Amino acid sequence: MSTTQIPEPTRELSAQEQRQLDLYRQVVRIRRFEERAYRLFMEGLVKGTSHLSLGMEAIAAGFGEAMRADDYTFCTYRGHAHTLARGTPMEGVMGELLGRASGVCGGKGGSMHLTSVEHGAMGSYAIIGAHLPIANGAAWSAQVRGSGQVAVCFFGDGTTNIGAFHEALNLAKVWNLPVVFVCENNLYMEYTAIGDVTAVEHPAADRASAYGLESIIVDGNDPDAVYEVAATAIERARSGGGPSLIEAKTYRHGGHSRADPGTYRPDDEVARWLARDPVVTYRQRLLDGGVQPALLEEIEDRAQADVDAATEVARAAPPPQLQAAYTNVWADGGSSWRK
Amino acid sequence: MAEVITYRDAVARGLAQELRRDPTVHFIGEDVAAAGGVFKATKGLLEEFGPERVRDTPISEEAILGAAMGAAMTGLRPVAEIMFSDFLATCWDLVAVEIPKTRYMTDGQISLPLVIRTANGGGLRFGAQHSQAVENWAMSIPGLKVVAPSNPRDVIGLLAAAIRDPDPVVFFEQKSLYPTKGEVPDGEIVEELGVASTLRSGRDLTIVALASMVPRAVAAAEELDTLGISAEVIDLRTLVPLDVTTVVESVKRTSRLITVEENPRLCGWGAEIVSIVGEECFWHLDGPLTRVTTPHIPLPSADALEDEFLPSVSRIVEAAQKVLL
Repeated sequence: MSTTQIPEPTRELSAQEQRQLDLYRQVVRIRRFEERAYRLFMEGLVKGTSHLSLGMEAIAAGFGEAMRADDYTFCTYRGHAHTLARGTPMEGVMGELLGRASGVCGGKGGSMHLTSVEHGAMGSYAIIGAHLPIANGAAWSAQVRGSGQVAVCFFGDGTTNIGAFHEALNLAKVWNLPVVFVCENNLYMEYTAIGDVTAVEHPAADRASAYGLESIIVDGNDPDAVYEVAATAIERARSGGGPSLIEAKTYRHGGHSRADPGTYRPDDEVARWLARDPVVTYRQRLLDGGVQPALLEEIEDRAQADVDAATEVARAAPPPQLQAAYTNVWADGGSSWRK
Repeated sequence: MAEVITYRDAVARGLAQELRRDPTVHFIGEDVAAAGGVFKATKGLLEEFGPERVRDTPISEEAILGAAMGAAMTGLRPVAEIMFSDFLATCWDLVAVEIPKTRYMTDGQISLPLVIRTANGGGLRFGAQHSQAVENWAMSIPGLKVVAPSNPRDVIGLLAAAIRDPDPVVFFEQKSLYPTKGEVPDGEIVEELGVASTLRSGRDLTIVALASMVPRAVAAAEELDTLGISAEVIDLRTLVPLDVTTVVESVKRTSRLITVEENPRLCGWGAEIVSIVGEECFWHLDGPLTRVTTPHIPLPSADALEDEFLPSVSRIVEAAQKVLL
């Protein structure tokens, strides 16, 4: 978590203003981190692939703000944002992207598998749909244990056409599980527009009624709106009211992955969504609401400094030792299959 | 006091033993609770443990294994039934890609103490999509333990061991064995994973078998005895961990090996045993390492065909005679 010291305000901040500053801090931290991840990829330091949340920060931030410390996050290979939004230290996330021993998974997970159980980040899942049933399982366990924990499961619009999505929603409703499914609809699966291959207009929300759920659509670029809908759904789950399915409309500023320039998207569409950049628009909202610019600049400077520091730590860290490849296949710490 | 019970009843008894012992054990699957299982192997569990711990699911294999996986990483010890092992293919992502890799990819942050129980193998005239012996599929995935008991006592003891194990276990119950009977002692039974059992000592060759092939291997050894051939029979019991020590020590004494596998020929588990024995016992061998398997075909439905192509006692006897030529 950021240890930002907010400059002494001239008047006491309301709870809402404080929350808005927290939300702004999160979207800025994620934005700066993702920009750095992209740069490090271009420098050849982040290898393999990486899927950025540039343009989609408000969803992870809004939910992260609404979640309790012991709630569970399940996210996808596009999961840097969700992992950071739970308070996972940037150093560990950056280390994992760079394939270093200092990474949150010791370099054995990579960009697509960020996990930090101690922060409730229960894994980033890289097979479409896989983690919806798994989030159900964590919610089932919370229900059995009476712990009051809620599982929040993020996924893309493309996931709404795979079987696991439908299996998971049905079981979540039948078992009344404390789980919140969050579809980040950025209009494109990988390269293909979701609307071109889907029978309904709103790929998640229009399916909700099939599982006895309310149809909920939210502006995924508005941190306040996301926070409100998240808080309501999480409270419903925590109080025994069962699952929710939320469709958050958003847009990725780049392509699907590092290899994709996103040229299949019409220029005017891109321009329209860039004008709705969640970081820029939210900053303006806070200024319009009377927040002092110095408060926002402090948050921005701090986010940049944290990203710089995390980058330096990760760059300086050694790669994993070769022996690490033979560890943690089994609970005994090893990898032996024979006796 | 010992009791003779069926392999089928041993399943319910093993599950009940662990459900009674550990409140974090939960059991889910299709038709497992109210109906007592399509093979009636889980009868009585709902009545004793109630619908929260013994729970029916929709026909949604990914939802079933996902629920087990998510619960296992957050404090439960779930047992999930996949009705037929053929259906593992409908949730193979969970079986092969999610469950076995998660501990590794998270560098030990996540543990998955779960058991996938499934009815495996042929012999019941169900045709090629409900009769596959797929234990070799599971064996090929790093991160899965693989168990396949051959008798009621092992069903209880190995199921208990699987449930208590901190790693994910695929537990193959051979469906043609459900009506077979065996003696089980009173009280709690817990075996150890990765320990083969030598059912019969012999001098001339070692026969390694698993699950439904074990009684056939024993019958073949008895017939070979009348022909003056002394066969040692090893029930592997678990494929992962694999008790290499017992097999290798046996083959070093007998100098010959036959594996008896229900899975189709290519990449069956016996090929792995033969490969290990070839590397580690080469200088002790006096005959060709030999595999008796189902041919590399989908299993046909007609009884006349199924009986012919699953490994039989007579095929094992013939193979032994060839190895000893």
